Amino acid sequence: MFKWIHRFGSAPFVYRLAGALSPWVGMACLILLCAGIYIGLVVAPSDYEQGESYRIIYVHVPAAILSMFVYVVMAIASAIFLIWRLKLADVVAQASAPIGASFTFLALVTGSLWGKPMWGTWWIWDGRLTSELLLLFLYFGYMALRAAIEQPQSAARAAAVLAVVGVINIPIIHYSVEWWSTLHQPATISKMGESSMHPSMKRPLFMMIFGFQLLYAYVLLIRMRTGILQREARTSWVAQLPEVARD
Amino acid sequence: MTPKRRQRLILVCLMLFGVGVAATIGLTVFKDNIALFRSPSDIAAGKVDAGTRFRIGGMVVEDSVQRRSDNLDIKFELTDRVNTVPVAYNGILPDLFAEGQGIVAMGQLNEEGVFVASEVLAKHDENYMPPEVAEALKKAGKMPGTSANFGASSLVQP
Amino acid sequence: MTELANFFHMGGYAWYVWPSMAITFVVLLANVWFSKRQFKSVLRETATRSKALAQKHAQRRSNKTTEQSS
Repeated sequence: MFKWIHRFGSAPFVYRLAGALSPWVGMACLILLCAGIYIGLVVAPSDYEQGESYRIIYVHVPAAILSMFVYVVMAIASAIFLIWRLKLADVVAQASAPIGASFTFLALVTGSLWGKPMWGTWWIWDGRLTSELLLLFLYFGYMALRAAIEQPQSAARAAAVLAVVGVINIPIIHYSVEWWSTLHQPATISKMGESSMHPSMKRPLFMMIFGFQLLYAYVLLIRMRTGILQREARTSWVAQLPEVARD
Repeated sequence: MTPKRRQRLILVCLMLFGVGVAATIGLTVFKDNIALFRSPSDIAAGKVDAGTRFRIGGMVVEDSVQRRSDNLDIKFELTDRVNTVPVAYNGILPDLFAEGQGIVAMGQLNEEGVFVASEVLAKHDENYMPPEVAEALKKAGKMPGTSANFGASSLVQP
Repeated sequence: MTELANFFHMGGYAWYVWPSMAITFVVLLANVWFSKRQFKSVLRETATRSKALAQKHAQRRSNKTTEQSS
């Protein structure tokens, strides 16, 4: 059992596993995203209140959910790195940051494009929008901190502390629409069992959320391989890799 | 777990706890500033000073909208189902503006207690369904409500 | 034809729906493209460096053998 866990701490094993997994994850992601966006844009009916504009939900909600999910992954990996000094946990956190930042950016931009026609404004400083913008700055801060500190070990530790501390923003984003009066409406799909979305509209939404999750996994696997290569460049197992040894 | 790792675990937990406490205190203290809008009940309770600009939120009362045919002047009443405030506005309304719709308006109270708005935004709810389904639910009187926070006195669903 | 035009019209919200889709497409694609490009460049760097290192080792070894034989 412990031996099995131990293998996931071994860089060569994870490097090869990520390489073997990534094409399959990428394929599944592509299929799911294509099917989801087709059903969402063409098959799903229009909304009784918002007409066709509600279709932005099929990119806005997956991006917003993933922006928080990726941060939680980053914070957990950072905590593991701080406590156990596991190098691979740092690889995961570092690889996640730019992906999470891009999802946060997407959530903000698509939300703005949805807010203008429905609410009547591109932006408002309410609890939900402000905390999501703070999330974007947390990602930027994490990446800037890593880039600013020259010594890699101290850079990793400082960034990990920031990631762990910043996780407090995640429940704030999630509950902002319940704690305070906001312009943003409460969550549609967090209410399990209770259907606040018609099944014909919910199905493609779940496909898109899962597709975004697979895209995160796919890009994470590639970035993790890059991170491992950079950290282990001088080791003999890297030198013996067929893709490195080849002329 | 080695003592050193345990020490670091405790340190990380303490760090999270500290930030959590700080955030809770900060957000509680500034609760009123974080809230986007006041409710008609807040105004009835005298929580808003006359002459200050603020945002008000609530539902547009059914059959209360009065439009002029020659200009964009519009008058309607805003309710949180406990108290009601009359609103006057002149300008472009968002597509979703309708009676029974949740809205948020920016402006100030005049001497007669009318809220003079300079901007009106629509607040839609978290329910999505095709028009036919909405029609059927409306007929059956089973239209789902919203769990949105409408300020001091939350909306009671019909 | 009108059906297709209707689809692109998006009930009058075309200017909001289509840019949302476009920017999502661009950002997702950029994620994949940049991560792949970075991986390839790091791989190339690693290969060059490890080859240089191997050459240096080989040279040192051959130097040693010549020293011993003389």
